[in-house]
Amino acid sequence: MKMLTFANRTTKEILRDPLNLALGLGFPLVLILLLSAIQANIPVDIFEIQHLTPGITVFGLSFMTLFSATIIAKDRSSALLQRLYTTPLAAIDFILGYTLPIVPIAVAQCVICYVAATILGLKITMNILYAVVFIIPVSILFIALGLLCGSVFTDKQVGGICGALLTNLSAWLSGTWFDLELVGGVFQKIAYGLPFVHAVEMERDILAGSFADIFPHIWWVLGYAVAALVIAVLLFLRQMKKQ
Amino acid sequence: MDAIRIEALTKKYKDVVAVDNLSLTIYKGELFSLLGLNGAGKTTTIKMLSCLTTPTSGDAFLNEKSICRDTADVKELIGVSPQETAVAPGLSVRENLELICGVYGFPKEKQNSKIKELTELLGLEAVLKKKAGKLSGGWQRRLSIAMALISEPQILFLDEPTLGLDVLARSELWDIIRSLKGKATIILTTHYMEEAEELSDRIAIMKDGKLLICDTADKIKEIAETDNFAQAFINIVKGVSK
Repeated sequence: MKMLTFANRTTKEILRDPLNLALGLGFPLVLILLLSAIQANIPVDIFEIQHLTPGITVFGLSFMTLFSATIIAKDRSSALLQRLYTTPLAAIDFILGYTLPIVPIAVAQCVICYVAATILGLKITMNILYAVVFIIPVSILFIALGLLCGSVFTDKQVGGICGALLTNLSAWLSGTWFDLELVGGVFQKIAYGLPFVHAVEMERDILAGSFADIFPHIWWVLGYAVAALVIAVLLFLRQMKKQ
Repeated sequence: MDAIRIEALTKKYKDVVAVDNLSLTIYKGELFSLLGLNGAGKTTTIKMLSCLTTPTSGDAFLNEKSICRDTADVKELIGVSPQETAVAPGLSVRENLELICGVYGFPKEKQNSKIKELTELLGLEAVLKKKAGKLSGGWQRRLSIAMALISEPQILFLDEPTLGLDVLARSELWDIIRSLKGKATIILTTHYMEEAEELSDRIAIMKDGKLLICDTADKIKEIAETDNFAQAFINIVKGVSK
């Protein structure tokens, strides 16, 4: 009950910010439309709708990191968290209250992307539903990164680190915009050592119905998600104690 | 009867001693002010008493509950209005109050009656539907105090409640604080002399984490050999009083 009250507040704060809606729900949609328009004029394999959409749904989650990091950092700077720490809310209430409300927003973003993709020619299959379901663990990874950044950085720093750095990293190293094999070398090795490209390839395999191929990508995603969540919780508890 | 008993409370941050061996007693129903310059240790004291910061040594007892061992019990006793305007900016005034009611697990009926009562007490009717982030500093402070009062605290901490407010907003907030007298034991931190003198039953003056004096405003003036409280404060902080 206490956690749900806090989670409800998190949802309201995020959804009432028009910039959040524009970035989180609008921007991925614009990218799909824009890149599909480019694809119509200059066909590129990677921008075919069945390849592009899973990449955009994963890239769009970088805004979930921005949402969670921003709200935590702002709560810290405004002392709202300080006030709430003096109430009966426990640490687990805070962590779940910041994490859970963003999951449905991430799923909604994914659904919107797939609806747009079907209008642009993506074949409607049950695999779309599976792709939406499997976006949940990926979203946990991105939300945990937000919890981690929000516990460490100020609201201004969060804008730069999550808004600029993470969105670029998750874009360049995900194989959404260009084939990583074209670059190869250390760049490709770094990309495959991080979870973003694995998340995109897992989603592409699910959409294509190649469920056997989601391994080992899913292990990378789950491994990073668990690690990010554990580190995020520890850092959140540390800043809570530092109050 | 004692509401708060502080025993040799100390807080160190690396080489800095923020609060140094503080001992004092605050009585039930009292409006008690912690007065001092910036960095005197007022906010750190409040943070320790409200279980936000663990003391390096010493202890304090709020209604006989230890801030070191009985933190859950202490949290049930207190309400805190922090120095910064600690409100959820994207929520309306009513939603902010509902948030705190929910955090304390109030049923719907109690929630509605509590919001009505505090809205009237703090004069928030006109702004109840407005977003907290759009309110002026004075209104945000009122909301912040209302949020601190929701849990019907026996001990209320007001950390610099009028900081940055204009004269009129400050005067209005003083009236509100006066109206709270008797409803709870109130501990107020401030660096405004007139605020401490005007509102408090007793005043503790702190400097560099140490307690210099703790008495009524009149007694402090008498000890400092002046009729002016601001001058008395200066004399005591500079160490020129007897």
